[in-house]
Amino acid sequence: MLSPARRATECDPHVRGASTPSRAQVDRFIPSRSALDLDVAHYNMSQDGRGTEGEDDSKEIRSPAKEAYKKSLADNFHVERGSDSAKILAFKSKAPAPPSGMENSARGVYTNNSAGVRAKKTCRQIPSAPERILDAPELIDDYYLNLIDWGSSNQVAVALGCTVYMWNADTGAINQLCQTNPADEEDYITSVNWGADGKHIAVGTNSAEVQIWDASQCKKVRTLRGHAARVGAISWNGSQLATGGRDNTIMIHDVRIREHCTSTLRVHQQEVCGLKWSPSGNQLASGGNDNLLHIFDATSIGNRQALHRLDAHQAAVKALAWCPFQSNLLASGGGTADRCIKFWNTNTGAMLNSVDTHSQVCSLQWNTHERELLSSHGYSQNQLCLWKYPTMTKMAELTGHQARVLHMAQSPDGTTVVSAAADETLRFWKCFDNSVEKTKKVRDANDSSVLRRFNFR
Amino acid sequence: MSTEPASKAIALRGSTDHVVEFFGYAVNSVLYQRGVYPPESFERKSKYGIGVMVTSEPKLREYLVNVLERVDQWLMESDLRKLVLVLADARTGATVERWAFDVQTDGSKTRRDGENAGDANGEETMKTEKTEKEIMQEIQAIIRQITASVSFLPLLDRECAFELLAYTDKESATPDECEESDPKYVRDGVEMRLRSFSTKIHKIEAGVSYKTDDA
Repeated sequence: MLSPARRATECDPHVRGASTPSRAQVDRFIPSRSALDLDVAHYNMSQDGRGTEGEDDSKEIRSPAKEAYKKSLADNFHVERGSDSAKILAFKSKAPAPPSGMENSARGVYTNNSAGVRAKKTCRQIPSAPERILDAPELIDDYYLNLIDWGSSNQVAVALGCTVYMWNADTGAINQLCQTNPADEEDYITSVNWGADGKHIAVGTNSAEVQIWDASQCKKVRTLRGHAARVGAISWNGSQLATGGRDNTIMIHDVRIREHCTSTLRVHQQEVCGLKWSPSGNQLASGGNDNLLHIFDATSIGNRQALHRLDAHQAAVKALAWCPFQSNLLASGGGTADRCIKFWNTNTGAMLNSVDTHSQVCSLQWNTHERELLSSHGYSQNQLCLWKYPTMTKMAELTGHQARVLHMAQSPDGTTVVSAAADETLRFWKCFDNSVEKTKKVRDANDSSVLRRFNFR
Repeated sequence: MSTEPASKAIALRGSTDHVVEFFGYAVNSVLYQRGVYPPESFERKSKYGIGVMVTSEPKLREYLVNVLERVDQWLMESDLRKLVLVLADARTGATVERWAFDVQTDGSKTRRDGENAGDANGEETMKTEKTEKEIMQEIQAIIRQITASVSFLPLLDRECAFELLAYTDKESATPDECEESDPKYVRDGVEMRLRSFSTKIHKIEAGVSYKTDDA
């Protein structure tokens, strides 16, 4: 790399003085020395072999010939602006420091850039008919219960009267998990909830029991007692289990220990019908028939005090859904007298938005792929509504159920929602299907095949 | 070069004014664009036919005025070789970005290293006469490049302090307000050349070296 530069400077000094005929016509590669910061380049080159450089230097100093050669070389290349001929001065008075805690305002530019790379999404095709319909005889028409859940093992647990059935979404097989005393009409199942492991399932009964079952062996593992009335809401959080009952209390259990009840929260005046841990497990939301919504902090739950007491709903709060993409965002839906979906910042307790749906809100599910929310409703259309968040424009209405849609659960892959309605049917809607990702995958596959073809040559 | 001393002095004065003014706007632009100081402490000024952001912070202003006065003197004495704006992590002191403005001064006066005198390089570009307008356009292009640099420079997500270093002639005296410093290079940095501009006397070449995200 050095030789052409040397030739250019040494051999043609008279040419340089003339008005350069045109650099573009030269057919040889002549590196543009002016386009390089020689100091930096030298620093970058020399810093790697710093260890041995000291020795080299001391040797070189002893050789005056080399020294002279270096000097002539330097003169020829006009490295006169190198650090050895210039003094580097810094000003003693320093610039004032920027205000502490200042956030770089350019951050917005960067985040926007990264988001902007994604192609603009076109309107998604949302199937308006259910993919599958299952009969669910004896499904109890009671707003205050939670009778369906879809576990991570891809099994749907549904409580029909006094029996819990499991429908395997992979094979379509149906298993009976457990049954309460069939002789007793009043001993029915009031809630089911899968543990995160997809193996354990908690079942709440009208006889105020909470049973933990091993779904793989259909075996009861434990019975937790403590409630004084039926247990209508259950939510797992690791080995922690929150249960809410008609006795107006919420109990927090640790299922590993003998004295399982770790705290009892008496913040509701009426039946607790909605109970959800946030995905992070840091917060618990509870809704009751007393129109109240409470947010608890997991770390201070032992104080038996709610972090926030939210009384904006005008009817029972059963539908609760934590946002999967924003950790402190909760959606809650009110009953017949309220008909609103409200959004909360659970850290501050501020209500972010409220939308009147004109119908009882029974259940809410967030789409994990898109910023969308699905709500299920009662009278008069018994429909499911898909909303765009945060604009809350209605994207689709899924109709088909003949009676109010009481419960919803989402498949582990987040593509399908099962809804259970008072018309004793379960309907499976593929409304969260992530078609964008699919097409991308297909494109990727095409790309790789093209590459393969080129490699083959 | 062979022009009479009087006109030479006038040309040097005018050219120095251009360069100092450019330094002022360039430093302000970097500080604003790289988010070193909060954007609300800057105000918009129309210069070089474009909008430039200039700090309204009194202390920072005072500092810059002092520095530029010094730079002005150096330029008038043709002692300045390079002006470097160093952005360093406020906590560790490690350099994260380094904006260098090389100054090439025309004229036999600058070359003091013995037998090489008169053999100054790159004169042909400086000899050409340039109108005020052309110079402005060249400066405008550099300021635009600084503005556009946000698109390739990594985000400075930590608090940064800035410092100005001046490379001066070895033989020139060190002023009282200055002290000798190390060059404060960016370790394992990437270098990017920006445009240059030249007046009758000075040629300014800009460049920035920065740390890449993965480094």
